[in-house]
This record gives sequence, structure tokens and C-alpha cells, in this order.
Amino acid sequence: MAFLEVKNLHVEVEDKKILNGLTLSVEKGQVAAIMGPNGSGKSTLAYVLAGKDNYKVTEGDVLLDGESILEMTPDQRAAKGVFLAFQYPVEVPGVATMTFLRTALNAQRKTRGEAELSTPEFMKLVRDTAGHLGISQEMLRRAVNVGFSGGEKKRNEILQMAILQPQLAVLDETDSGLDIDALKIVAEGVNRLRSPDRAMIVITHYQRLLNFIVPDVVHVLARGRVVKSGGKELALELEAKGYAQFQGEAA
Amino acid sequence: MNAGVRAIKTPAEQALSAAYAAARAKLPGKGAIVELREAAFERFDAAGLPHRRVEEWKYTDLRALMRDLYPLAGLPDAAAQARAQNAGKLLAGVDCRRLVFVDGTFVPGLSDLAPEPGLAIGSMANALGKNDPLVTTYVGQTFATDDVAVTLNAALMGDGAVIRVSAGAALKRPINLVFATGSDKPSSAFVRSLVVIEKGAKAIIIESHESGDAQVNAALELVVGDEAHVDYIKVTQARALHVASLLTSVGARAHFNSFAFTSNAQVVRNQSFIRFVGEGTKASIGGVSLLRGKDHVDSTLLIEHAAGHCESREQFKAVLDDESHSVFQGKIVVKQHAQKTDAKMMTRALLLSDDAEADNKPELEIFADDVQCGHGATAGALDPGLKFYLMSRGIHEKEAEALLIQAFIGEAIEEIAHEGIREALMIAALKWLGARS
Repeated sequence: MAFLEVKNLHVEVEDKKILNGLTLSVEKGQVAAIMGPNGSGKSTLAYVLAGKDNYKVTEGDVLLDGESILEMTPDQRAAKGVFLAFQYPVEVPGVATMTFLRTALNAQRKTRGEAELSTPEFMKLVRDTAGHLGISQEMLRRAVNVGFSGGEKKRNEILQMAILQPQLAVLDETDSGLDIDALKIVAEGVNRLRSPDRAMIVITHYQRLLNFIVPDVVHVLARGRVVKSGGKELALELEAKGYAQFQGEAA
Repeated sequence: MNAGVRAIKTPAEQALSAAYAAARAKLPGKGAIVELREAAFERFDAAGLPHRRVEEWKYTDLRALMRDLYPLAGLPDAAAQARAQNAGKLLAGVDCRRLVFVDGTFVPGLSDLAPEPGLAIGSMANALGKNDPLVTTYVGQTFATDDVAVTLNAALMGDGAVIRVSAGAALKRPINLVFATGSDKPSSAFVRSLVVIEKGAKAIIIESHESGDAQVNAALELVVGDEAHVDYIKVTQARALHVASLLTSVGARAHFNSFAFTSNAQVVRNQSFIRFVGEGTKASIGGVSLLRGKDHVDSTLLIEHAAGHCESREQFKAVLDDESHSVFQGKIVVKQHAQKTDAKMMTRALLLSDDAEADNKPELEIFADDVQCGHGATAGALDPGLKFYLMSRGIHEKEAEALLIQAFIGEAIEEIAHEGIREALMIAALKWLGARS
């Protein structure tokens, strides 16, 4: 069994059916790209994996390491290794980035029965990781994402991912709103986290991001289910032909 | 109104009249002070306790909330003083000059009376008794109002602090007026303080109330001279009934900051009457109230810009859990000649429970034509998007909520310039949060 198994997942949001029998497996060590037109259910999949409220699973299951996570709260999922890099990271006024990172890391460690990190250990971890991502000490002192540019917010997401070391990382349209330089920094940050111990799902509308984060497999999502899977060349094919071929199908 | 058709007096109103009749001969003061008391009592006798049909008291129906009057507190004996020893704990870590009042009476033995140049400290009962010119000049004059709580205080005022900071003096330490309950039986106290900060002087004045089963009516008249820098902080924790009035007049080119921190409060009304009488002054007026259970906290403001070119910022926040009830009434009045006034008022209530109630009533009354004034009010629950973001990083629900509440409160507390006081209040807020089930 793969590390992540999404089985025949049906999801409704406010009585509207978004996912329609989605089935997907992702192995550890694998980077799976999920591409699809707007409204195909890409972000819904990301939120359902992370455990957001108001997403009603009517059928199917999501297994992580063989265990269903659907009844778990978002923090329990995080402790089990799920991480979602948000498409639109929210601003959290009044909560310093450092405090936020430390609270999150220690909460996860506590849930897993591990010891909390000492202050010097934690500071070193953050400093080293932030350096790679071009995140300054000044940014770390500021409230989470408050006054950050679009690129800074995305880098902050990758910083959190690097600190929390998830087993399943889901990147929701991490490329949206980024110029090419910012995109390169973010992609390098993600590539540094590729590991045989980690499964990654990269959700994107455009092929461009996949030039920098080269996927092992590409799944095409349309109307709430996977309609085609293939290697990285599938992304190029989509770039050339567009999504029309899938949207028309079975309509 | 026809005096003949007033409603039948409530037991509390009757008890207040009886208390005044019994105490009037013993209350400190003579001459003009006696006239002030008599006139005040007559006004109270005619109006009675305010109720929900009195606009300013609509959300805090004192007639209904005050079922009866607790007996007026006597002088604190040794046992009462001993019980009050622990009061003022919230600010124990702050290096302050503490002046302690037990059941409304000044206790020099518990107070720090070390001399300091430019500072004069006395007791209100003493000052009234000897017709101290400072008291006869200012008491009842700083901000004249017909408000019934202020009126009752004028009739029955016993003791309190009289503080004068001379022109140009800068106090080394904050002064903390600690009002504590020492009586082991329910009691009531009417305390009146006068603080005069003269031209160019600098002072931090803290008024702390940590009351047990006591009814407290406190009034503090604060005169801020031209070019003075004054920070006034009020900390209130009250188990029974607490009504406090701040009566302030602020001179020209002054800096005035006021902050009220209220928690563990059964029924509290903090009313501030602030008038800007000189040009070019900057003021920040704020507060944080933390409510749970059936707590009721009312913050009522009357800000009067009577001189032009002043800037005032009002920011009040309340966090409400369970079935608590917060009230914010803020009225900014800009007089006709107070041109170039810049006043902005904001109030926010964070509701943690469906059964909590927050009433926000901001008002602007502007007679000048060249001013910048605005107000805003919000009441709502914690943002579910923020909560999900924190939880998706592994933070437990209660901890995520605590972080967000802390951030909400912190934004207001950060306005306090004095680091020690700021930290002590943040710790008190965290303690309150920590007790959340």
C-alpha cells in the first residue's frame, strides 16, 4: 500500500459536489504533480487532506500510512506528518513568526511524545533554514505574514515546512503570484526537502513550476476526479494542448 | 418631570438616603464642601439610581443591579489591614510607590511615603477636613457632571488620595493607588481622589482596585497641566459592584495616556469624562476587558474636545466568554471652536461564546467644521481561517485560540509605554486565558 491512499473520495462544500470519486496514491520519495483547470477540485483536495471545516466527505477514505485520517483534527494530522503550504497564507496579527514556529513545532513533538526543542537548538534550526530561503531575522520577528509580500509569504510557508519536516507535504498553487526569481527561491527550497522519507503533492495550474520542481508523476484532475496520469512529459503535453480535451470528456 | 410622580424608592435608594442622613455630620469637610455634598445629595434624591431608561445607563441598569446597599465600611482595624496586605499583587513586580487604602481609608502604615522632590501626598479625608485650598479649588470642578454615580460620590466621599506633582517635576517611580478590601463582611466605600500634575511635570499614576465582597464607588479627578506627560492606568478586579469615574481636564501641548484593564469583574462600570482645554495635546485612551461567567463590564467615555489642534485615539477591546456582557459607550464631542481636531475611536469585542453579549455604542457630536473624526466598532468570533492555519501546523485548538486571543489583547496592551506595567498586565491576561476551560 502506498503512503498516501485517497480512495474514491466524494466531497461536498455547501451542498455542492466538488470531488467525485477521486482515487490517488502517492509513495514516499515521490513528487506527484496534480494539474487541472480551475474548479476541478485541486484546492479542495488540499484542504480535505489538511482537515479544513465545511468540507463534507460523503464517500470514500483517505489513508495515511494505512490509517484513515478523516476523523482527525487538523493538528492531529499535522502531528502525523501532514503539511499544507497554503495558496493564500493568512496574516496572523500579533503573533510573532518565531513564537508561531516554536509553538507549532513543540506542539507536534509533544503530540508525538517527543521532547520539546531547547531554545538554542530551535534558534539554530530556524536561523540555518531561514538563511537558505533569504528570510531575514527582521521578518522572523514580525507577526506571521503581516506586511509580507506575496513572495515572502510563500517563502514563509516553505520555511515552516522545512522546520516541521512533514511526511506528506501538499503545496497548493505555490507558484501563484510569484515572479520568476521568487519562484526559483521557493522551488529550490522545496527541492531541498525532497527525500526518500517524504511524499509530496505539488498542485499547480501551470506547467511552469514543474520546470523547477520536476515531478515523478503527473495526475490530471477534472470534474473532481483523476482523469489521466503519466510521467513528467504529460505536463508538457497539457501546456501545449490545454485542458479542453478533459473538460469536454463525458460532459 | 413632576417631582410628585417619581417611582417608589428601591431598597438601595432608601439605604443610600439613610446612609447619608446617618453619616453627613461625620463626613469630612466644612463650608463649601458641605454645600457640595448637600447639593449632590439633593440631586441624587430627586433622580434616584440610574436605570435603563436613562440613556447613559441603558446597558448597565444600576437600579436593577444594585439590589441593596452594603453598610458603609468603618475604619479598618488591624485584622482588616492584615487581610489587605496582599492587595495590589497584580503589579507586585513593578517598582512603584504604593499608597494603600483599605475599605476606602488611607493607611499610612502600609504606604510608601518616602519624600521625593516635587511630590506632595495627602489623604482626601484630611484635606477635606482642613479645607485644603487644593481640594476646595478642584474637587467637583475638574469635570462638572450630573451623572448620578459622580453625584453620589460627591455626597458620600470619605477618603482617597490627594497628590500634587509640582511644575517641571518628573516622578522617578509610578504611583500606585491600591484600593483593597479588608473587611470580612460586605461593605461599601465611596472614595474620591485628586491628582494634580502641574505644568511640564511627568507622572505615571496607577489606580488598582482588587475588591472582595464590596460595593465601591470611586471617583478620581485628574488635572493634567500644560505640557505635562501623564500616563494613567486603572486595574480593576471586583467581586461585587464597582463604579468608577475618571474626571479629567487636560491642558495644552500635553501628552495624556489612559488605559483600563479589567478582569474577574462581577459588575464594573468605568466611566471616563475627559476634556481637552488647551491646544496641541495628544491623547491615547484605551482599555482591555476580559469577561467570563456572568461578568458585566461597562466602559463609558465622554471625550470633549473643547480646544483645537488636539489628537485623541480611543481603542477599547473586550474578550467575552460564557454568558458575560460588555458595554462600550464612547462619545466624542467636538466644540465649535475646536478646529483641526483629530479624533479616532475604535472598539472591538471578541466573542468566545454564543451566549455572550457585547453592546457597542460609538457617537460623534461635532460642532466644528474642520476636523477629522471617525469611529469603528466590531463584534465577532475568532476568525476560523486563522484558527485553521494555526491548527494545520500542529497547534491544538485551545492553544490556537489562546494565541489568537493573546494577539487580540496584546495589540491594545502594547500601547502602554511603561515596560513593567505592560508586562504585568500581559501576564495577568495570560493567567486569565490560562484559566479558560
